[in-house]
Amino acid sequence: MITLDINGQARSVDADPATPLLWVLRDTLGLTGTKFGCGMALCGACTVHVDGRPVRSCSTPVSLATGKKITTIEGLGTSAIGQKVQAAWASLDVPQCGYCQVGQIMSAAALLAAKPNPTDGDIDTAMAGNICRCGTYPRIRAAIHSAAGQKGA
Amino acid sequence: MEPITDLSRRDFLKTGAAAGGVLLLGVALPEGRAQAAAATTSMPNAWVKIGSDDSITILSARSEMGQGVYTALPTLVAEELEVDLAKIKVEIAPAGAVYVNSLLGGQITGGSTSVVEGYDKLRVAGAQARTMLVAAAAQKWGVDPSACRAAGGVVQGPGGEKASYGQLAEAASKLPVPADVKLKDHKDWRYVGKPINRLDSAAKIDGTAEYGMDVKLPGMLYASLAQCPVIGGKVASFDAARAKAMPGVKHVVPITDGVAVVAESWWQAKSARDALDIKWDEGAGRALDSEGISAALKAAAAKPGAVIKKLGDVDAGAKGAAKTLQADYELPFLAHAAMEPMNFTADVQKDSCLVYGPTQFQQLAQGVAAQVTGLKPEQVTVKTTFLGGGFGRRIDVDFVGQAAEISKAMGGGPVKLVWTREDDMTHDFYRPTSYHQMSGALDAQGRPVVLKFHLTSPSVTSRLFPPVVKDGVDPFMTEAAAVPYDIPNQLADVVIHDTGLRVGYWRSVSHALNSFAYESFMDELAAAAGKDPYEFRRALLDKQPRLKHVLELAAQGAGWSTKLPAGRARGIALMDGYGTAMCQVAEVSVTGNKVRVHRVVVAADPGRMVNPNIVRQQLEGSIIFGLSAALYGEVTLKEGRVQQTNFNNYPVVRMPESPAIDIQLVESDLKPAGIGEPGTALIGPAVANAVFAATGKRLRKLPLKLV
Repeated sequence: MITLDINGQARSVDADPATPLLWVLRDTLGLTGTKFGCGMALCGACTVHVDGRPVRSCSTPVSLATGKKITTIEGLGTSAIGQKVQAAWASLDVPQCGYCQVGQIMSAAALLAAKPNPTDGDIDTAMAGNICRCGTYPRIRAAIHSAAGQKGA
Repeated sequence: MEPITDLSRRDFLKTGAAAGGVLLLGVALPEGRAQAAAATTSMPNAWVKIGSDDSITILSARSEMGQGVYTALPTLVAEELEVDLAKIKVEIAPAGAVYVNSLLGGQITGGSTSVVEGYDKLRVAGAQARTMLVAAAAQKWGVDPSACRAAGGVVQGPGGEKASYGQLAEAASKLPVPADVKLKDHKDWRYVGKPINRLDSAAKIDGTAEYGMDVKLPGMLYASLAQCPVIGGKVASFDAARAKAMPGVKHVVPITDGVAVVAESWWQAKSARDALDIKWDEGAGRALDSEGISAALKAAAAKPGAVIKKLGDVDAGAKGAAKTLQADYELPFLAHAAMEPMNFTADVQKDSCLVYGPTQFQQLAQGVAAQVTGLKPEQVTVKTTFLGGGFGRRIDVDFVGQAAEISKAMGGGPVKLVWTREDDMTHDFYRPTSYHQMSGALDAQGRPVVLKFHLTSPSVTSRLFPPVVKDGVDPFMTEAAAVPYDIPNQLADVVIHDTGLRVGYWRSVSHALNSFAYESFMDELAAAAGKDPYEFRRALLDKQPRLKHVLELAAQGAGWSTKLPAGRARGIALMDGYGTAMCQVAEVSVTGNKVRVHRVVVAADPGRMVNPNIVRQQLEGSIIFGLSAALYGEVTLKEGRVQQTNFNNYPVVRMPESPAIDIQLVESDLKPAGIGEPGTALIGPAVANAVFAATGKRLRKLPLKLV
């Protein structure tokens, strides 16, 4: 048995330690907000926070996440930054198909936690790992600036 | 506007639907009525469910794949139904004849038709339901219906009587559907035409939106399917001993398209699939490679084409010309690469089958599940989730049939088939490659007098809707192939050529092929005439006021006549597609071999907008989708294998390459036109023309490569 700290709760799972964290979250624990996109850490759809940093869960063995604080979209709304990011996303109506948006939001929240007032260059760097095929990038950029503005106010 | 109109295409498709058979497998709701989901729910018609608790659910007959139908279509119903849009629930409709897209002849989400087709129909449906609710109230109170008023889900009588829709719904559902209803005047609209935020955003922001990937049924198992690396190849033999010994594995089953491993979790299924030892019979597809395909395409171009537009006399026109010009253009196969890899859940039982997941074509999903299970279509229930992108890929239902086959082969029960990204990239139905031979002539004043277009390309429709292809013309291959410019002698013809690689509809379909050739060549003609590309086009549009207007708007928005900073250049492109007049101006810089698109100005006249916020989203998204194709998109083959497997070797636009997009929308009283796709087609030629302006190099192939 592996014990994980997910969204502030201790969860025990019976899984091969090599299993990617993504599939433990989705199939074992039913936390399906985190998405599968590429399986190679190329698209960012599976982004979660591990000890506050954005991590591609599709390429992270679950064994590497033990003893660390894991936050998924299901737990993001409990943090002030998470709430601001989600509110900005709603206000600017960012999602289209929406499939990548959870990963985008997780990356954006991690960026704002590290850099409260990111420049466009910071956004380019922090968000370059998250693909959106619907092309919501202009609104994602605007939403990150908007969330930062609220925070600074 | 041109001989190849939307209407002729629709008629083709209706014919195709009738003759194609498979499109008509839907189950009709009895007279657009009833089929109450629960004792407490009534349906005045197929679009509205009203609960005795006053809950209002509006059904969307189109799949939500990012384009906003989950919001735009219920808005049309709610406007006339007189309910509070913020309080309604939305459901995606089941498969049913009543939900058929009348423009496409099947229950299909595609062709930028959802709002176009639903605009009148859904307002009428809302008005009919409201009229029935009012009639039920009037009967109850013994008053004249015209003395009653409906608002906010409540009917009020002349004497101050009040009844909620929930209290009236059951009685209303038993009344006859009124034949004639009066629709609201535009000035009285509360929701239609307003830039309302989407109804599905909240669930997509908190992670609760259900995609096919997220479906969970009691006792459900997970499947991973090994398909032949050469599309069309079959299993010759396989050894499953290692796979079967792996943890969690329940079944290993051969199906038509390969060998499936079924396990307790998807990761177990996928790991065991990797341990299968399969010998493939790769079939004829093994002989395919990109060089051979390109050579055969060009050879096929020597055949005479089927004429789709003829104006004047191109030979006579060329004789008196001062200058003639010829150029060939070539576009590649493309993958759809939707963010959600293909997947579907199936639960085959003795007398029934549930197929549950993301599809753009409910009836075909129902039909294929019936086919592989041996059940009747009416024994197959289709449940549609949100689609993590569609772009045309999910019009095909290969993965639905596979899921049903796997469920049946394992002895029935729920199973979710999930493809890997690599499966998705290498087993797509690819956007067709194309080869365009263009020629033209200019008179002594530099005015074009001849324009010739000869297209050679595979036909998607020949595979999916064969009866629609007539006399060598696939109407989905010739979109935007008749340009609006006032050029006296024109000839456009097409050759259908099957390359051997399977092809599918891809956002904007042939608009993206044909407008690249046309709008690049118009730029070449302008350069040969020594004229400004904007002025050159503008002079040819006196008979096309809508197109001329968007051309001028985009040029103004881009500051066409102003000087750009050193190293920057602009390109312009214009198109009439899906009934929308559109012009884009791209502003680029070129550093070494790298093209950077800084800004795109788009002007669009899409007719009346049901939701301008979603129109803007679609413009932003369609341009970025098309930019990925213009800068990077290319599927190649070697020994029959698609060489691109994931986002490392099939790159797409990411945040740092995403340009600023300035949108200019034309307010219009015309009926709504399509807006989900045209933007994708125009960005390629706009950027190519800008690269020419920046470097003097004319790039006649996509993706754009400066070498």
